[in-house]
Amino acid sequence: MIPAQFGYTRPGSLAEACQELAADEEAKVLAGGQSLLPLLRMRLAYPTKLVDVGRLPELAGVHDRGDHVFIGAMATHDEVLRSGVVNADCPLVALATATVADPAVRHRGTFGGSLAHADPAGDVPAVVLALDGVLVARSADGERDIPAAEFFVDYLESSLRQGEILVGVKIPKLGAGWGFHYEKFQRTAQAWAIVGVAAAVRRSNGAIQESRIALTNMAPTPVRAHATETALAGMDLGGEVRQACAEAAADTSPPGDLHAQPDYRRHLARVLTHRAVRKAAGSV
Amino acid sequence: MTEVGRPRKRKEDARLLTGRTQWTDNLRQPGMLHVAFLRSPMAHARITRVDVSGARGLPGVVAAFGGQDLAGEQGSLPCAWPVTEDVIIPDHPPMAVSEVRYVGEAVACVVATDRYLAADALEAIEVDYEPLPAVIDLAEALAEGSPKVHEEGNKAYSMKITTGDIDAAFQDAPVVIDRTYVQQRLIGAAMEPRAVVATTDGDSFTLWSSTQIPHVLRVMLALTTGIPEHKLRVIAPDVGGGFGTKLQVTAEEVLCLLLTRRLGKPIKWNESRSEGNLTVHQGRGQIQHIRLAAEADGRIRGLQVDLLADMGAYLVLLTPGIPLLGATMFNAIYKMDAYEFGCTGVFTTKMPTDAYRGAGRPEATFGIERIMDELAAELNVDPLEVRRRNWIKHEEFPYTTISGLTYDSGNYEAATEKALSLFGYDKLRAEQSDRRDRGDPVQLGIGVSTFTEMCGLAPSKLLGAARFAAGGWEHGSVRMLPTGKVEVITGTSPHGQGHVTAWSQIVADALGVPFEDVAVVHGDTAISHKGLDTYGSRSLVVGGVAVLQACEKVREKARRLAAHALECSPEDLDFAEGAFTVRGTDSRRTIQELAFAAFTAHDLPDGVEPSLDSDATFDPDNYSFPHGTHLCAAEVDTETGLVKIRSYVAVDDIGKVVNPMIVEGQVHGGIAQGIAQALFEEAVYDAEGNLLTSTLADYLVPSAADLPDFTTDRTETPATSNPLGAKGVGEAGTIASTPAVVNAIVDALRPYGVQDITMPCTPERIWRAVEGARP
Repeated sequence: MIPAQFGYTRPGSLAEACQELAADEEAKVLAGGQSLLPLLRMRLAYPTKLVDVGRLPELAGVHDRGDHVFIGAMATHDEVLRSGVVNADCPLVALATATVADPAVRHRGTFGGSLAHADPAGDVPAVVLALDGVLVARSADGERDIPAAEFFVDYLESSLRQGEILVGVKIPKLGAGWGFHYEKFQRTAQAWAIVGVAAAVRRSNGAIQESRIALTNMAPTPVRAHATETALAGMDLGGEVRQACAEAAADTSPPGDLHAQPDYRRHLARVLTHRAVRKAAGSV
Repeated sequence: MTEVGRPRKRKEDARLLTGRTQWTDNLRQPGMLHVAFLRSPMAHARITRVDVSGARGLPGVVAAFGGQDLAGEQGSLPCAWPVTEDVIIPDHPPMAVSEVRYVGEAVACVVATDRYLAADALEAIEVDYEPLPAVIDLAEALAEGSPKVHEEGNKAYSMKITTGDIDAAFQDAPVVIDRTYVQQRLIGAAMEPRAVVATTDGDSFTLWSSTQIPHVLRVMLALTTGIPEHKLRVIAPDVGGGFGTKLQVTAEEVLCLLLTRRLGKPIKWNESRSEGNLTVHQGRGQIQHIRLAAEADGRIRGLQVDLLADMGAYLVLLTPGIPLLGATMFNAIYKMDAYEFGCTGVFTTKMPTDAYRGAGRPEATFGIERIMDELAAELNVDPLEVRRRNWIKHEEFPYTTISGLTYDSGNYEAATEKALSLFGYDKLRAEQSDRRDRGDPVQLGIGVSTFTEMCGLAPSKLLGAARFAAGGWEHGSVRMLPTGKVEVITGTSPHGQGHVTAWSQIVADALGVPFEDVAVVHGDTAISHKGLDTYGSRSLVVGGVAVLQACEKVREKARRLAAHALECSPEDLDFAEGAFTVRGTDSRRTIQELAFAAFTAHDLPDGVEPSLDSDATFDPDNYSFPHGTHLCAAEVDTETGLVKIRSYVAVDDIGKVVNPMIVEGQVHGGIAQGIAQALFEEAVYDAEGNLLTSTLADYLVPSAADLPDFTTDRTETPATSNPLGAKGVGEAGTIASTPAVVNAIVDALRPYGVQDITMPCTPERIWRAVEGARP
């Protein structure tokens, strides 16, 4: 497919990029292009201008910031999953990122782009939500922090404002005692998740003390499985974990499409949450 | 060591892998213009207005046309297989004029100085549609009062063939199995999308196309457009895959020729992937009602097949004949007393169907191999044992089947034994039983497929009897060049199969020349002046044989030249390693020396023409019948419905093998494509006739990451119908693997009372089947 005509600019600074976006409501940020370019090519989006933020230094790299890891918005999935600090301190991020599409996409696609696009079928949003990440946005008015729980507003809609650019995301380091797993269910290796479950579980004395669970593609936004998190608190890894995980679909409104109807997605969310929690708990 | 039988690396690959290719889309012609097509968003509608004037003034736009503008000259796209006397072949304008009948049908076009401007200008064309009802479901389409796709009705044709006393076979039969299977529509998704370039010098025309059939295309385009055949040259340059989807005379090919004729400029068209998903002819699309009558010991008494075949909106090149390629194949490798095959071709408001890897034969093999498993389950007999009790025994060949084909050779026992030992059948059965006993949420299933197919299309007289418009011969031309190198011209048209390599191996052996000294030229009607192209696993079995026979003629001419030079009788010469030697002496002439002598022609024997070359055209007496045994072990997660193929063994008997490495590649790709039908792929239309799988995010083509390792091996029972003894391998894997995989899934779920899963066997479908069966 061939996109309609659009303008293109590659600002030299973050401030300039913010100005470009503030000046034109129909302009769009171009990051790795893995979601935006297909939309353009299928003529589902007609932006006037693409503001390419690919070379802005403020958005680059993965950084160890003591109590958290800062992943620059333009870090590619490949950079993220190869990052030492990510693997050491936020392994759930690496586990999920490794399942994103294929190597070609992971070399082009960016962590920040995937978050800003706010596709609930993406793997990264649920992980950032599960880990209580904080997204950092910059505009001409300055910088603000947006907790992940407030970032995802609706299908393909984030709380970024006109003229605001995602700079990166802070992922808190969870410390010792936590185990992680990302359980992704898909029909082919390169396909989107039908359902995904990001799970972080803290165990001590054989029992689950605390858990954080977020679901991919179970609602217009990634969602936390709070009911399951609550039910699991203090639970032994014995028989009742499955029942606790059966609550995972409680507050979801999954889509129905070619690959799965909503009732099947709900069922998968329950089964996969159980698997994810067990694996996360076992990986401590 | 002979060249035939060596796993030669392909001559084609260095060039292909380093990008030094000539795809049609790489072609640039001076002054070339680009065409883009506006396509119908409606499955069925009357066109009440087409206004292209908005596009005409836009930047770069040279011309814009609606169907009405071309109505006087565009003709009707051809169907070359009028399967019955009363088959309805509706008028099929390349660009719709008054009515559209599927989503994606071209309704207007823009010709511009570049592809991007052409695509932009499409948005300025206005088309008014008056919606008509979509016709989607096959049974409903035939019901009285159904909306009509064409005025003539929704039934394209209906036919029935009965052999033996079918009523007697079913009457009082101890066992009758009655099943209905659905063959979903498939999209070929060749790596290279279609592309066309058309040029003219004002008098003659050249058309480059990403096609499998340059020769057939030339004939059909001449008939369709009125351009005299001798003024039309068709070239298939490098072609990146076809799987039958490029065995077609497409609307875009015709329209590019018409546009170049009208505008006097070169015209290029290159489709996008989603355009291709919409408008490349689709494969399969059948509802199969199958009844099988058997004795209590599992011996088959009779088989009754009734097909509803989805034609789509029009009959394109081979549409109505595709299901009939299965007419003689449902009986497969089995003996029986009676057989009935019926087929009704049904028009729907969807993309037309036509050949897709296997074409009619995978559908038939699926039907019989699935119902053989049901028979085994009904009798509680091992599925291989039921097959054994029915198949044609090795000593019974040649064997004339109930459907009238004569299988020249085969050894189902040997292929099956080999497959069983590679697979570890008994051990897997033990594990299956253990998992069942334990109530393991992950169940194991074993799928069997003992298939055969008819390849080597085809004996011309049999094609004629089947009302096919062309013959099935193939041509080869072999010329020794003055310097002793060899140039081969073949009428086949490879698009990934490796003919250049395989033909070189055949020629190297036949003429005793080095493999490296052979070049193979193909795909240009000005150079390869006759041929019938590549499809139906025919190229080696028919075209390769033609090349071999041309070599034999060259060798015999060389023998006369050698006898003349060495002053002996031709009978006194031995030919070995590229040289003729006078028996009992060391007097010899190499074939290269003789080629040079034939070139200078200074001293030729009487009646011998200069130049050492020859042509041959081969028309086989019979089809060839590859067969094999494929075994699949699949793990089915009953909690999620996910299928994981754990092991896959394929033992194929494709007769004599020219290049085992190419065969390996064909088998791997074939199995992958068959698994794709079983598990992943389906062209889905909604009730309004919209294609829901227009991108590869929705139409799931599996990659290597989704497939298991394949264990492949062969038995070798040479074909007796051609001098190479080859049978063809292009479709075997695809034909065999689909039922093997589905049989494995159903076998895993048998304890849950599951008898079938509709393809593709998606996790959701499997989960629902298991849930439905739970108490």
